[in-house]
Amino acid sequence: MKIVLNGEAREVAATDLAGLLAECGFSGRVATSLNEEFVPAGLRAGQALADGDRVEVVAPMQGG
Amino acid sequence: MGKTFYGVELPNPLMLGTAQYPSPAILEEAFRASGAGVATVSLRREGAGGAGQTFWQMIADLDVLVLPNTAGCHTVKEAVTTAHMAREVFDTKWIKLELIGHTDSLQPDVFQLVEAARILSEDGFEVFPYTTEDLIVGERLLEAGCEVLMPWGAPIGSGRGLNNIYALRAMRAEFPDVPLVVDAGIGLPSHAAAAMELGFDAVLLNTAVARAGDPVAMAKAMMAAVEAGQMGFDADPIEARDMAEASTPVIGKAFLS
Repeated sequence: MKIVLNGEAREVAATDLAGLLAECGFSGRVATSLNEEFVPAGLRAGQALADGDRVEVVAPMQGG
Repeated sequence: MGKTFYGVELPNPLMLGTAQYPSPAILEEAFRASGAGVATVSLRREGAGGAGQTFWQMIADLDVLVLPNTAGCHTVKEAVTTAHMAREVFDTKWIKLELIGHTDSLQPDVFQLVEAARILSEDGFEVFPYTTEDLIVGERLLEAGCEVLMPWGAPIGSGRGLNNIYALRAMRAEFPDVPLVVDAGIGLPSHAAAAMELGFDAVLLNTAVARAGDPVAMAKAMMAAVEAGQMGFDADPIEARDMAEASTPVIGKAFLS
């Protein structure tokens, strides 16, 4: 299906959020949102994806 | 003595940002050399290379308190969602709540700030609101559940120092028991010392150190400044006066004219 991952259109095989992270090689400390709603780590496995979903994957970064 | 920040006593009054350093090594050395006890951090989109994980490991190794921010957020929803993500990633209830209202000055949108502070406080966050020096806004933030206030000294990254020293002094007087932090606008060690001399409890700065020609030396200078300012405040300074008052005793002066 086609989703938008961190602002870029992607064709992915994964059907849920946990699968998407594995497919795209994310690991370690990341947080996720689906269509601008926070999805806690514990709920990623059951969080189904649909065509056109917008997913954000963020990680620690420098800040002031 | 020093006030606590949500029950946590800081090792010293310097909170240091982690952005804009010439290299990760210099960032690390600036923390180690200065001894700053709090590091502000952020969240950004993770790339394929896992840059965030490398950064996180370095911060974890510094063994400092971590204060994640909501930098760049312009709406309550965006800030609240970012705070939730930060709580999960950094494993802390602390959040430096930034809600930007004006593009050029990065002035906080205090109306949205109060609303977001209330939502997050009710959700168990310990909110450090980046605010203006407005007393009524400060009062509303405390009512919303904040136990710390962080007024700006000057716009972020401007290096102008304390733009409204009168209002900051009034804030100190109005909220004697609330931990107050001057956040943003510091350019020189003297600015940081001045904030502490007003009786503020800490100073949060980033650009002044990270963009200095020698960030490590500037970090040390800032630490010396906040500690000197704090000692000066605690020592109960004299009042300024307009005219001279001789310090050398007049009694016993030889008659020579």
